[in-house]
Amino acid sequence: MSTAAATHDDHHDHHHAPTGLKRWLFSTNHKDIGTLYLWFSFAMFLVGGFMAMVIRAELLEPGMQFVDPEFFNQMTTVHGLVMVFGAVMPATVGLANWMIPLMIGAPDMALPRMNNWSFWILPFAFGILIFAVLMSAFGAGNPSAPNFGWTFYAPLSTKYGPASTDLFILSVHMMGISSIMGAINVVVTVFNMRAPGMTLMKMPLFVWTWLITAFLLIAVIPVLAGVVTMMLTDRHFGTSFFDAAGGGDPVLFQHVFWFFGHPEVYIMILPSFGIVSAIIPAFARKPLFGYASMVYATASIALLSFVVWAHHMFTVGMPLAGTLFFMYMTMLISVPTGVKVFNWVATMWRGSMTFELPMKWAIAFVVLFTCGGLSGLMLAMTPIDFQYHDTYFVVAHFHYVLVTGAIFSIFAAAYYWLPKWSGVMPSKLLGELHFWNSLISANLLFFPMHFVGLAGMPRRYADYALQFADYNFWISIGGFWFGLSQVIFLVVAVRCAMKKGEPAPAKPWEGAEGLEWEVPSPAPFHTFDTPPVIK
Amino acid sequence: MQSTLFHRAAAGLTALMISGMTYASDWTERSNLDLRPGVTEVSQDIQDLHTTVLWIVTVIGLLVFGLIVISMIRHRRSKNPNPATFHENVFLEVLWTVIPFVILIAMAVPATRVLVKLDDTAESQLTVKVTGYRWKWSYEYLTYEDDNNIGVSFFSNLATPPEQYNNPVLSGGLFPYGTAKDLVGKEAPEKDHNYQLEVDKKLVIPSGQKVRFLVTSDDVIHSFWVPDFGGKKDAIPGFVNEMWALVPEGKEGTYYGQCAELCGKNHAFMPVAVEVVTQDEFKAWIAEEKEKAASGPDLTPFSGLDQAMEEGQQVYATACALCHGANGEGGIGLPFAGTDFATKSEYLNEHIDVLVNGRAAMPSFKAQLTPRQIAAVVTYERNAFGNDTGDLIQPADVNDHE
Repeated sequence: MSTAAATHDDHHDHHHAPTGLKRWLFSTNHKDIGTLYLWFSFAMFLVGGFMAMVIRAELLEPGMQFVDPEFFNQMTTVHGLVMVFGAVMPATVGLANWMIPLMIGAPDMALPRMNNWSFWILPFAFGILIFAVLMSAFGAGNPSAPNFGWTFYAPLSTKYGPASTDLFILSVHMMGISSIMGAINVVVTVFNMRAPGMTLMKMPLFVWTWLITAFLLIAVIPVLAGVVTMMLTDRHFGTSFFDAAGGGDPVLFQHVFWFFGHPEVYIMILPSFGIVSAIIPAFARKPLFGYASMVYATASIALLSFVVWAHHMFTVGMPLAGTLFFMYMTMLISVPTGVKVFNWVATMWRGSMTFELPMKWAIAFVVLFTCGGLSGLMLAMTPIDFQYHDTYFVVAHFHYVLVTGAIFSIFAAAYYWLPKWSGVMPSKLLGELHFWNSLISANLLFFPMHFVGLAGMPRRYADYALQFADYNFWISIGGFWFGLSQVIFLVVAVRCAMKKGEPAPAKPWEGAEGLEWEVPSPAPFHTFDTPPVIK
Repeated sequence: MQSTLFHRAAAGLTALMISGMTYASDWTERSNLDLRPGVTEVSQDIQDLHTTVLWIVTVIGLLVFGLIVISMIRHRRSKNPNPATFHENVFLEVLWTVIPFVILIAMAVPATRVLVKLDDTAESQLTVKVTGYRWKWSYEYLTYEDDNNIGVSFFSNLATPPEQYNNPVLSGGLFPYGTAKDLVGKEAPEKDHNYQLEVDKKLVIPSGQKVRFLVTSDDVIHSFWVPDFGGKKDAIPGFVNEMWALVPEGKEGTYYGQCAELCGKNHAFMPVAVEVVTQDEFKAWIAEEKEKAASGPDLTPFSGLDQAMEEGQQVYATACALCHGANGEGGIGLPFAGTDFATKSEYLNEHIDVLVNGRAAMPSFKAQLTPRQIAAVVTYERNAFGNDTGDLIQPADVNDHE
């Protein structure tokens, strides 16, 4: 991509940049909102991580040691919700906010006030959810936070849910509103505000993956909103959507939930594909292999994600024909996913690679995400899934794709773009410590889960039979280690925010491509007032 | 705590080094690294399929990771300062779309065959209805060979006593409720070999005959799973799912499983234990159970408070302690220790009524416990945990209760 440099941006800086509390509360600037999203998601990552530590402390040894089984279920539930909706999704939205306008040469997001709103809903949504947990942990009497798992299957959540289920429904609605607004903003921005000459097939892959993600969000978040609304009316207004005793169907809940839930998985991972597709070419010093097939593969994954939802519910007793259909479709997803992995490998092949921090995270992503993908293929095979289903094998699978997949790629993105965001290079020493500790501990944490799963340990167990004790001990040790390692990143990020470190040039990575490297580091408050022309 | 961390670490390391892949009917002698082969033909089929797929994904994985490693070694800047410039190759891209597709078809064929087999519940000799309850299973024998009127049913509760799993090291403050405060920091008793797996009454089935399970639920969704039989099925209220198992002759023994769908607080505390016996033994057993079922409830009065208390303690531990606390301190259920409900005589009738008919979240125990057991446990609750009413409830009192 050849570009005209966006010069003389810096002199705008002292005109419009607001300061203090107002700057953040009322911000309409995509960079500030992106920063807010990223800090918020990191805070949620630590909160959700703390809950994971409670879970792993309880599972360190057989027997109930630290928490009540009820509180244990609340921890697994809220850990899942916070990580999915609070950590991973806002992190990618934050990256989209920061990077999409820079990458397409736009001065800002198309709908800046909506952007502000879509962010500020989130702290309140999570405030409500975490309030319920705090009430449960410290409250008088016997209140309970949501305790039905992040999938909140009816009738456990409808007929048997605690009073805080209503807080949970409100919270999910708010998260959904925020996500949809964020997605609309991305779609409108990408379609209307690209710099002259930037055709769709010239867009960086990160923009492409986010565009497709945004369509997924717009398609499925209303389904989630629908299902929680049906829960609400079942709980309070006498309907029986999910109650067989009233003519409803508990399995209907799962169909509707997973019609949202499966595409949701790709909402979390598609932006990662975009990130890695930016980083690997940069450090291999070689153009991305198969740009067009990457775009088509992403689109086919997104389309296929709508017809595989029932693989989450192979054991509910579907008819044989339905089960077969969902098995074949699920297996099929591995084809476009494989194309992407092979393309990344081909991009590295005969390149001139260096292994700076973003590249380390990106390569770890490719390898470990592939591990998660391969166990996904095993799970797709229905007869074997009858044995794997709802065991730790599944837990291992989705943590490989979501932690060593999505979250590792988000760290890759952070190390790649931190110089652009902050104007200083992230500390190399701390970054290396963070990477190696995370890499080793994540595998100690998640790999043995395959074995306890195969041995037969069901997931969401507060206590377990003695033969699972050995691996659970190691998993917990890995868990505490991984948790502590993330504190290192807090130090890295705070140091960058305080501008401590080597000043970054406009383009700190030799092989990096894209409009974002044409503006100075840190990126000025306003960029591309005059659109760059792409030839 | 039962063992020190070092103890556990050493045990863990040993276990990592020894990986048994052999068949084991004792679940605690499980394979450390692989899916259990199980005992039935379908569970073996599943294991074979698992092995095939595992090899395929391992080879693919090693291929991809090998290429990455080679690339990282040979195509680093110090070795290869001038990168190539190629960025597409239609032949390659078509190739790595088509080859995976062919591999998938090769995998889908045997998977379909096993799935069709698993789906076929026809021509079974024994039909058992399995109902999930929070947090126990109930088994009802419906038909056996030509007998369509067996009428044998019972509940199966976790038999591991609460002292074994309730070992709080913290209490108060952050995690206040449900933890028995007087247990904090106390040495837990040694855990049994079948900790969290043993039940008070096992599901009994014959070997060499096809057993069909009709799986349903009374409250929330549970999942019925015995890994050695192959496959699990969700127990869904309002629906009846089918699955089957045929344990070959010569493989008699006890097989364990656990509930595999989140069903609330005590999800981890509802094991499945199946005793597989020979057909002759099964016939004798079912005849005995039929006779017991036909003779009506045992209404012999208790000889005294001590006898009722002793029986009541056992019932309390299996049926009540999970919700009401091992020491009557309450949990998701109400506390008994020192409360008006369990100490004032005006509540006595209500106390019996709640057990017989249920109330709000408390299920009715009429079907689960005999009048004798209900009488014993009410007596226990009113005279244990520091309560001292002296009330002695007789089986007949409960049987007459409407």
